Amino acid sequence: MRALKWVLTTFVVLFILAPLIVVAVVSFNQNRYMDFPPEGFSLHWYAELWNDVGWRDAIVTSLLVAATSAALAVVIATPMAFVLRAYDIRLAPAIFALGILPFLLPPVISALGALVFWSSLGFSGRLENIIISHAIFFSTLPLITVSLAMETMDPALPEAAQTLGANPRTSFRTVTLPLLVPSMITGYAAAFVLSLNEYIIAFMVSRFSVVTLPIKIVNDLRYGFTPTIAAVAVVFILIATTTFTLFALFGNLLKFLGADPAILERER
Amino acid sequence: MSEVRRPTRGSWAVLAFPLAMLTLFFLAPFAIMFATSFYHRIEGGFYEPAFEFASWQRLLQGVFLERTLFSIGICLLAGAVCIVIAFPFTYFLTRMRRRSHVALLVLVMSALVLSEVIVGFAWSVLLGRAAGISNILVWLGVMSEPAAYQPSFLAVLLGLSYIAFPYCILALYPQLSRLDPELTEAAQTMGASPWRAFWTVVVPIGRPIILAGFLLAFVFTLGSYLIPAFLGRPEHWTLSVFISDQATFNANVPFAAAMALFLTVLSLGVVGIVTWFEGRTRR
Amino acid sequence: MLARGGLRLDGLVKRFGDVEAVAGVDLELPPGKLISFLGPSGCGKTTMLRMIAGLERPTEGRVYLDDGDITDQPPHLRDIGMVFQTLALFPHLSVAGNVGYPMRIRGAQKPEIQARVDELLGLVSLHGLGDRRISQLSGGQRQRVATARALALEPRLFLLDEPLSALDANLREQLQVELRLLQQKLGITTIMVTHDQREAMTMSDLVVVMNQGRVEQVGEPLDVYRHPGSPFVASFIGRTNLIKGEASDGQVRVGDRPFHVDGVVGSGPVTLSVRPEDAHLQTTPAPERNALTGRVVFVRDLGELFECFVDCGLDDPVVVAGSPRERVDVRQGQSVSVVFPREACVVVEG
Repeated sequence: MRALKWVLTTFVVLFILAPLIVVAVVSFNQNRYMDFPPEGFSLHWYAELWNDVGWRDAIVTSLLVAATSAALAVVIATPMAFVLRAYDIRLAPAIFALGILPFLLPPVISALGALVFWSSLGFSGRLENIIISHAIFFSTLPLITVSLAMETMDPALPEAAQTLGANPRTSFRTVTLPLLVPSMITGYAAAFVLSLNEYIIAFMVSRFSVVTLPIKIVNDLRYGFTPTIAAVAVVFILIATTTFTLFALFGNLLKFLGADPAILERER
Repeated sequence: MSEVRRPTRGSWAVLAFPLAMLTLFFLAPFAIMFATSFYHRIEGGFYEPAFEFASWQRLLQGVFLERTLFSIGICLLAGAVCIVIAFPFTYFLTRMRRRSHVALLVLVMSALVLSEVIVGFAWSVLLGRAAGISNILVWLGVMSEPAAYQPSFLAVLLGLSYIAFPYCILALYPQLSRLDPELTEAAQTMGASPWRAFWTVVVPIGRPIILAGFLLAFVFTLGSYLIPAFLGRPEHWTLSVFISDQATFNANVPFAAAMALFLTVLSLGVVGIVTWFEGRTRR
Repeated sequence: MLARGGLRLDGLVKRFGDVEAVAGVDLELPPGKLISFLGPSGCGKTTMLRMIAGLERPTEGRVYLDDGDITDQPPHLRDIGMVFQTLALFPHLSVAGNVGYPMRIRGAQKPEIQARVDELLGLVSLHGLGDRRISQLSGGQRQRVATARALALEPRLFLLDEPLSALDANLREQLQVELRLLQQKLGITTIMVTHDQREAMTMSDLVVVMNQGRVEQVGEPLDVYRHPGSPFVASFIGRTNLIKGEASDGQVRVGDRPFHVDGVVGSGPVTLSVRPEDAHLQTTPAPERNALTGRVVFVRDLGELFECFVDCGLDDPVVVAGSPRERVDVRQGQSVSVVFPREACVVVEG
C-alpha cells in the first residue's frame, strides 16, 4: 500500500509537471525552432512579450477584459447569492440553477449564443460584448463562493443584529456584507483567471476585431510556432505558482480548499 | 419560516438586477439560438429568418451521430481515467504530512490556472517529434529516431484528462480530508489489510463524490474545444469542435445552433440521469 | 427602580406546517424577575422565546409587553436584548465593536460609545479587553461579551437562549451564578431558555416547565420541586420514584400494602412521587404502612453521596438516596424494606 502511494504520487507529479517542463525548456531555447536537446539559452522570447506590439496589446486587452468582466460577474452574483440564501424563496432552486447553467454547459454553446445574440443586435466584435458575455458566463464562480459563505455563516448573526436594533438593510450592510467580502474576492479571482484564459467565447464574439491573449496564441500557432508562446506559458505558470505559494505560506490554503479543520491541527 | 427570513419587497428588488442580466444575456441568446436553428442558411455565412427543419434533420445523419457517440465515449473515458487516478491520489494527499500536502496542492492549483491553449500547446510539444518524449528517448539511446504521438486519440485523451484532473482533485478534497482515519484503523484492527480497508471502507463511503467528480470531469471535457482541435485529427474531434467549426469556418450557423441545442440537452440529460440514478441506488 | 418588562402571552400557538411547536400558551410574567422556560428538546421553549423576540410570528395569539401589543412589531423595533445559543458574536468586529454595535447603528458619537462600552465591559468583568478579536477569547469571555452587547441599551427584556450550553460543566456553573448576580443587580426582566433543570433551579425566580408545546407548571423552583403537578414535572425536575397505586374512597393501596397519603379523595388509579432523599432504607422488618419490601439490585456509594437501587416489584427499581450520615450497610441481593413517609408522598396523577 505504501509502495502504491509513492508510485501514484510520483506518477501524478510527473504527469502534471511534464508538459510544464517541456514548455519551459522550449521557452529558453535560442533557436526559433523547437529541438531537443536545446541549443543555447536565451531570454529573447520573454523580451518579445514586451517589445512586440502584437503581444503587448493582446496582454493588455486580456487583462482589461478579465478585470472588468470579473467585477461585473461579482456584481451580478453577489445580490443573487445573498437573497437566495438569506430569505426563504420558493423558486430559489430554479433561480440558482439559472445562475449555474451558463458555466455548466459546454462553453461553445454560450459562445454560439453570444455570437447570434450580438449579431442580431447589430453589435459585432466589440470589447464590451466580450466583457458582458464573459461576465455572465463566469458569474457562476462568485455565485458559488458567495453562496457557500452565506451557508456557512451563523444564521443567528443577522438575527442578533436585528435584536440589537438594526433593520434588515443595516444588518446587511454592517454584518453580512463585511463577512462576504473574502468570498467575493475569491469569486473575483476565479472569474479573472478564467476570463484571462478563455478562448472560444472571446473568439466567436469578437471575430477578428478584438485580440485577447488566447486568441493571439491560437492564431500564431496556426502560422507556425514561436517560442514566445512558450514564454507566455512560463510567465503564467510562474505567477500562479508564486501566488499560491504565498497564499500557502501566509494565508490558509488548506482551509480555503475546504479541508477538515482537524487536519489543520495535526502536526504529523 | 423565521420572520427574519421572510422575503421583503426590497429583497425582490435586489434580485431583479441579476435576474435581468441573466435573462437578457443568457436566456435571450438561448432563445435566439433556438430560433436561428430553424433559419435558412445562405452560402457565404449568412442566414435569413425562416422556418425549416433542414438543420435539425442533419442531426440524424450518420456523421453527426458518429461524432456524438465519439464525444460521449472519449469524455466518459477521460472522466474515468481522471477519477480513477485522482481518487486514491487525493486520499493519500489528505493523509500526508503538512509540507508535502501543501506542496502538492500548490502544484495542482498551479496546473489549474493554465489555459487550455497552453495545455494543448505543451502536450503537442511533449508528444511531438521535435522536443518531446521521443526525443528524450532517442537521446537516451532507447529509441532510434523520434516519433510524433500527436495528433492522435491518445493525445486527445491525455490532454482532456490533464485539464480535468485538477478539478477532480478539488472536488474530492473537502470530503476526503474529513474522512475519519479511525474508520480505516478500525477496519485494520478487524483484520483488513490497508489495501482491503481502502476498498471496503474508503471507496464505498466516497461513492457520492466519486460520482460527482466523474460527472464533473465528463461535462468539463465535453465542453473542451482547444484540446481536441489541437491534439486530434478531425476524426478525433468532439462535438464542441464540430459545432464551432460549423459556425465559423463552414459558416453554417443554423446547423451549429441546432447542434448546440442538442449538446445542451445531452449534457443536462447525462447529469440528470446519473444524479437520479445515484439518488435511487443510495438507499 | 420602576420595574418594567411585564410580559403577557395570550393564547400563543405556533405551527410549522403540520407540526405544532407551541400548542396554546397563556402566561403572565412579573417584571424584574429571572424566569426560566424549562423543558426537554422539542418542547417549544425556544420557539416561545423567539416569538417574544419577534424572530417568529405566532400562528395565533398575541404578545403584550407592559400592556402594549408588540405582536406585529419586527425585532429591531422591540426593546429587547438577546443572547443566542451560538452567541452570534460578529467575527469581523472586535470586542468593543460588538458591544458598541447597537449604539453605533443608532448614530451615537464615538466618545459616547467608548464610555458606554467601557462601562459595560466593567459590568461583566472584561476590563481592557475591548481591542481583542473574538477568536482570541475563551468560551467564558465570549459569553460575557454577548451579555454585555445585549444589555448595551438597557432593554426592557433580556432574553437568553440556552446561553451556557456550549461551555464545559465547571465554567457553566460559575457563569450561572455570575449571570444571576448581574440580573439581580440590574433588576432587569430576564427570560432564559434551558433544558438543564439544575441551571433553572440555580438561577430562577420563577420556572415555567414546558412539555410538547404546552406549559405544564409554573412556580418558584423549590415549590415546583416539592409539589410537582404531574409525573412529567416530577421526573424532569430532579429525580423521583413514581409509584402507581389504587385509591378507593381516599385510601391508597400500592400492591397489597396500604399507603397513608394526604390529598387523596375518591377512587381510581393514582401515581405518587417520592424523592429518593425522602425515602429511607430499613433492614429491620417493614412497618405496616407506607413501606415496600424488595431486594437490593445495586449500591452506589460515592463517598459524598449514597444511593441504593431496590427492586420492589414496580416498573422501575426504587432509588433511595442520602448523605454519608444516613448510610445503611447493605449488600447486593439483600432483602430490605423502603419506607415512604406520608409527608413525602405527592400525588401527581389521579
